[in-house]
Amino acid sequence: MSRQSRRAIELTLTASAPAIILAVWEVLSRTGRIDPLFWPAPSTLWPTFLDLLRDGDLLTDIRVSLVRILGGFLLGAIPGVLLGLAMGLFWPIRVFVMPIATAVYAIPKIAVLPLVIIALGTGEASKWTIVAISIFFLVVLNTMSGVLAIDPSFRDVAKNFGASRAQMFTTVALPGALPAIFTGLRLGLGFSLIVIVGAEFLAAKEGIGHLIWESYSILAIKKMYVGLILTGILGWLLTLSLDLLENLVLPWRPAR
Amino acid sequence: MMTEAALDHPSEAATRSATLDLTSGQQVVAPAAIQLRGIGRSYEGPNGTVVALRDVDLDVRRGEFCVIVGPSGCGKTTLLRMLAGLDQPTTGAISFPATDGAPPANAMVFQGRSVFPWLSVRDNIAYGLKLRGAPRKVRQARADALMEMVGLSRFAKAYPHQLSEGMRQRVAIARALAVDPDLLLMDEPFGALDEQTRFLLQEELLRIWEETRKTVIFVTHSIDEALTLADRVVVMTAHPGTIKAVIPIPFARPRTLAAVRSDPEFARLFTRIWDLLRQDVQAARAAGVAT
Repeated sequence: MSRQSRRAIELTLTASAPAIILAVWEVLSRTGRIDPLFWPAPSTLWPTFLDLLRDGDLLTDIRVSLVRILGGFLLGAIPGVLLGLAMGLFWPIRVFVMPIATAVYAIPKIAVLPLVIIALGTGEASKWTIVAISIFFLVVLNTMSGVLAIDPSFRDVAKNFGASRAQMFTTVALPGALPAIFTGLRLGLGFSLIVIVGAEFLAAKEGIGHLIWESYSILAIKKMYVGLILTGILGWLLTLSLDLLENLVLPWRPAR
Repeated sequence: MMTEAALDHPSEAATRSATLDLTSGQQVVAPAAIQLRGIGRSYEGPNGTVVALRDVDLDVRRGEFCVIVGPSGCGKTTLLRMLAGLDQPTTGAISFPATDGAPPANAMVFQGRSVFPWLSVRDNIAYGLKLRGAPRKVRQARADALMEMVGLSRFAKAYPHQLSEGMRQRVAIARALAVDPDLLLMDEPFGALDEQTRFLLQEELLRIWEETRKTVIFVTHSIDEALTLADRVVVMTAHPGTIKAVIPIPFARPRTLAAVRSDPEFARLFTRIWDLLRQDVQAARAAGVAT
């Protein structure tokens, strides 16, 4: 099979799954097999989407959620990578932090939201913080295991050439751990979206989560669906941009 | 066995190798570049102390191609790592009489996966120079020359995952040569290669050695690889790792694989080394030690 035809089949398959689901949904809703009040046909969502767009509310919601996701993501990921590298490189730090990391890792982070609100109020600070908390240990543990998984012969090579500690870090530990760091970031980005939507359900006046929850409360079901679909698209676009960044930073990885 | 040891093991008197001084026509005695005396290495394992090496005495001359051959677990890699500064002997001492005690600059070619996957071929080769702060132009020029030498010029910007195993080992060799070491340490560099590729790289290494005349200590468990490359073959046996014999290899240089293998002496030396090793390998098998 040629590369082009393989690629064409891939694209067709990728696009056909959502297309099939939407088509079945459309038919079931229009024929009344499912209640169109709660399961409106996808094509009828379009006018609602345009209305929301015209009001300007939708763009505000998207912008607000996006800023919270990215802000919280950076707030959690940067210290997470640094602590993960330190844990991978220095065993005393590893054994000191490890019990806390594994215990906290298992707590569903949205459960901490009341505490965060008590500490920081219901403003933006608490949104960034809950996102940061929810991805921090994910990034820490992935980064650490990335450093630990580096083939010891790479360290031997660096040592044999007389690498200093700083050179060992910049030329072996960091590049060697980068693939695992990206795995952590990818998972973290997904969690950011989950957590911010949850947080906006409970305590927010703007944001996509707020749009979904408020629409549900007043039974504006079509608006709710617009919010849901936009959340999906947002998640997809965020992952896509991380993929692009990864290809840029890790050109040496075999294609997956 | 004892006679072999008596014949071939370097006694204290033979530590200085005689060479002919061409200007005076007199025999002069060159001190050894590397002198190992009573080297031992033991580890604390889960079942008590494991002796990896015991009483290793060896002299290596400057510019010599010395091959250590032996079964798994004979401590040959440990010995190499000591010379590379990656391990320390628990007993004995390593000295460098030829350079008044200063250890020769060494570079090691490691077993298996050691080429950095995150660096291109050129950057891998220039790695050692970069650590030493060589200017970019110098690094580039040196890397280009070495890529030429190992036949990888076309792959300067390729990453290791795009290369074959044989090409990756060429990169590892070029990376070690890039820092222009006095001593090249090679730990089974061709162990993971298929036989034909191994033959090609052996010939390449012979050619590179003719051009550079580095002191080489090369570890392998292949007897014919040892015979093809070596000036002297050091035969080691395991449990604990000791030197059983040191055998001079008489084949003329520059060598080719074909010339070495068609020499009747090749078969005789092969048999002799195999005889030294087989008892040890059989004993290890009988004792249920993984080989």
